[in-house]
Amino acid sequence: MNLDSSEKIAGYAHPEALVSTDWVAANLGNHGITLVESNEDILLYETGHIEGAVKLDWHTELNHPLKRDYLEPEQFAELMSKKGISREDTVVIYGDRSNWWATYAFWVFKLFGHEDVRIMDGGRTLWINQGRELTKEIPQGTTEYPVVPRKDSEIRAFRDEVLNHLGKPLIDVRSKPEYTGERLHMADFPNEGATVGGHIPTAHSIPWSTATAEDETFLPKQDLEKIYLQETGFDKGQDFIAYCRIGERSSHTWFVLKYLLGLSSVRNYDGSWTEWGNLVGVPIAKGEQPGEAA
Amino acid sequence: MSSAEVIDNFSLLPETERLNMLLEYSEALPAVPEQHDGFDFERVEECQSPVYLAVEVDNGTVSLFFDAPREAPTTRGFASVLHSALDQSTVDEVLNFDDSFPDKLGIAHLISPLRMRGIRGMIGRIKRLTRELSE
Repeated sequence: MNLDSSEKIAGYAHPEALVSTDWVAANLGNHGITLVESNEDILLYETGHIEGAVKLDWHTELNHPLKRDYLEPEQFAELMSKKGISREDTVVIYGDRSNWWATYAFWVFKLFGHEDVRIMDGGRTLWINQGRELTKEIPQGTTEYPVVPRKDSEIRAFRDEVLNHLGKPLIDVRSKPEYTGERLHMADFPNEGATVGGHIPTAHSIPWSTATAEDETFLPKQDLEKIYLQETGFDKGQDFIAYCRIGERSSHTWFVLKYLLGLSSVRNYDGSWTEWGNLVGVPIAKGEQPGEAA
Repeated sequence: MSSAEVIDNFSLLPETERLNMLLEYSEALPAVPEQHDGFDFERVEECQSPVYLAVEVDNGTVSLFFDAPREAPTTRGFASVLHSALDQSTVDEVLNFDDSFPDKLGIAHLISPLRMRGIRGMIGRIKRLTRELSE
């Protein structure tokens, strides 16, 4: 599938992972492209979406039905088949709130090694603000998506790995009051259940939305380099881990680091604060300083 | 419409259609009347998206007013569901309103736990404001 050759997107490390709204508009209805809408507000899709887009519900469709985990390979294959997505498809994901949940869905697609997945820069908000059309028509059609193994190790971090990672690049993408421990959850969002507040020692605080502009697009590459590399002193070749509360906001930062900046090793710790803040005996730091590795 | 009727509207539907029902409610949320300047709107902090609530008690009858953006249909839907169930009820009916009402709609597993806390937050605030206004 052709890439978006616009100047901004071509400037990122992996221009094949991002497209503009212009590109989407120009490629609407093209065979081999499936648009996927993934929103924080799960009813938004029904109020109108881009022509041909299928809905992916982060809450009911991507999580394992019983345990705290993601879908099993068979379940993912079933989901994709039901949505009419083929393994060879170019999947373009977009959503509300600066693509927050779109990047989360992107991360899950990558757990299953789907090759060509892209985010639409600016998401649902930009598409609407540009006066582009929406439809309420829901696409029909199924496919036979193969059962492929889920590969966690490259892009997913588990708690013991995080414990051994203290002192290496670790980014807490939650809001400042969550980082300092003043608050156990995002403002306006009810507590999802952590026993203690604070952050993982040595983690730098860079709230996820630092990477986005007013119009909900990603900042240009040089701005992102400044935020994540120059200002932190981290080196491109190091191992990076990002976390938040349940792993959704940090998949946004994960996307920025891995695809827009092209860092070689970036993992998302999806256990995040709802796991760490409840674990017995793990080190915790409070306040504005990253703190020391014990 | 009584709260029992609202519950029936959801729980008697097949699961796959319950979210569409919530969307219908969201579209039917009455606009705040123009003279709303006189009301004291309170932000429902428990909700993920901005929603504002005002309560008026007149001769023992409770009127509810909600203001929520169209870009937040789930929150609007919940506001509208509560409006249908409680607007023009008596003070006693509001104060004795069943706190497990949100669970009886049969949509808890279709939406996130955060959202369910949001609607409970709205109910808690409606009761508190009603109590304050009727004392």
